[in-house]
Amino acid sequence: MSLFGWLNDQLLRMQWLSDLVTSSVSAVGLDPATRLGGSVQFFVYDVLKIFLLLSVLIFAISYVQSFFPPERTRRILGGRSGLWANTLAALLGTITPFCSCSSIPIFIGFTAAGLPLAITFSFLISSPLVDLASVILLASIFSWPIALAYVAVGLVIAVVGGTLIGRAGMEDQVADFVRTTPVSDTDQSMTRAERLAFARDQVTEIVHRVWPYILIGVGIGAVIHNWIPATTITALLGQGNWWSVPLATLIGIPMYADIFGTLPIAEALVTKGAGLGTVLAFMMAVTALSLPSIIMLRRVVKTPLLVLFLVVVTGGILGIGVLFNALTPLFL
Amino acid sequence: MIIKILGSGCKKCLTLGTNAQTAARSAGKQAEIVKVTDIAQIAAYGLMSTPGLVIDEKLVSAGKVLSAQEIEKLL
Repeated sequence: MSLFGWLNDQLLRMQWLSDLVTSSVSAVGLDPATRLGGSVQFFVYDVLKIFLLLSVLIFAISYVQSFFPPERTRRILGGRSGLWANTLAALLGTITPFCSCSSIPIFIGFTAAGLPLAITFSFLISSPLVDLASVILLASIFSWPIALAYVAVGLVIAVVGGTLIGRAGMEDQVADFVRTTPVSDTDQSMTRAERLAFARDQVTEIVHRVWPYILIGVGIGAVIHNWIPATTITALLGQGNWWSVPLATLIGIPMYADIFGTLPIAEALVTKGAGLGTVLAFMMAVTALSLPSIIMLRRVVKTPLLVLFLVVVTGGILGIGVLFNALTPLFL
Repeated sequence: MIIKILGSGCKKCLTLGTNAQTAARSAGKQAEIVKVTDIAQIAAYGLMSTPGLVIDEKLVSAGKVLSAQEIEKLL
């Protein structure tokens, strides 16, 4: 086996952990081949794997992020326009904080500083949708081609979505107070010790915030994995049905969950025969849009712009779902 | 003087509030600590990451938990 393959299996997919959990489950008298034993194995292994990977990844990524506070991103993007500026905004969105709760202050800060809506929305779409931690988790649970394809299409939605919103000429569809907000630049430089402390705090804060979602997600995943017959899943979400992608997207939009919580559900669904595009559409809908974030956004943009944003993002997700279902043979 | 802590109630904001209190006490200043949790009001100060520290309506720090000593210098 190649070195890369071995590293991938042991570090990323954590084969050793799976083996360890399997033998521990057998040791307490449960047969991993049975439904109950299998559920317990899936639950314990997935929970441990996600928490381990998450902690390591958030630490590493937060360290990188400490070099790109929103103030710096805004300076980098300031005065630019055109497709390259949208691409740059989408890329910078991948290395900024995970939480969708920070997107409203960022929206106000960018718009008040005079950045065009096209750039701001490219950034806002990519920020929750694509981040480095979720990419590596996707590679761990599925494979590298799927993870890279996810990043590519996520960035495409962000770039195209931002561009379309910019073309719509809705610069005036922003809540009035946004334009009059002062622009401040309290950007302090950090020492290495401060960056390490920041990264450590991020791990504590994010794990603290997402652990219930992960437990629920893995729990649902374990149920799907061992108790729901593949025929049911295929009949509902198989790639033969034209309505499975819209169904998955509509269910996903109002839900609020972290991508880390949806991954185990996605994993179980795909192994049970759900279409890959359907499952990706579900994950994107859950992470890119949620009822709380829509309500927050409503306070800073006027209704036509909000509707346009929802339509553009939903349309992008639907398109990607259908495309991936058609291209599934390339990935699985 | 009025010291405002901007942030939607995270642990960092609580720490920053405590540090500000300590700083004001050791500087011997009479300070009222106000917590601002509404996102629109927070953003109105122009910051993009929380927690933020506002002293007499002037934003002095964002996205960082300052120590009591650091705050004391700003008072």
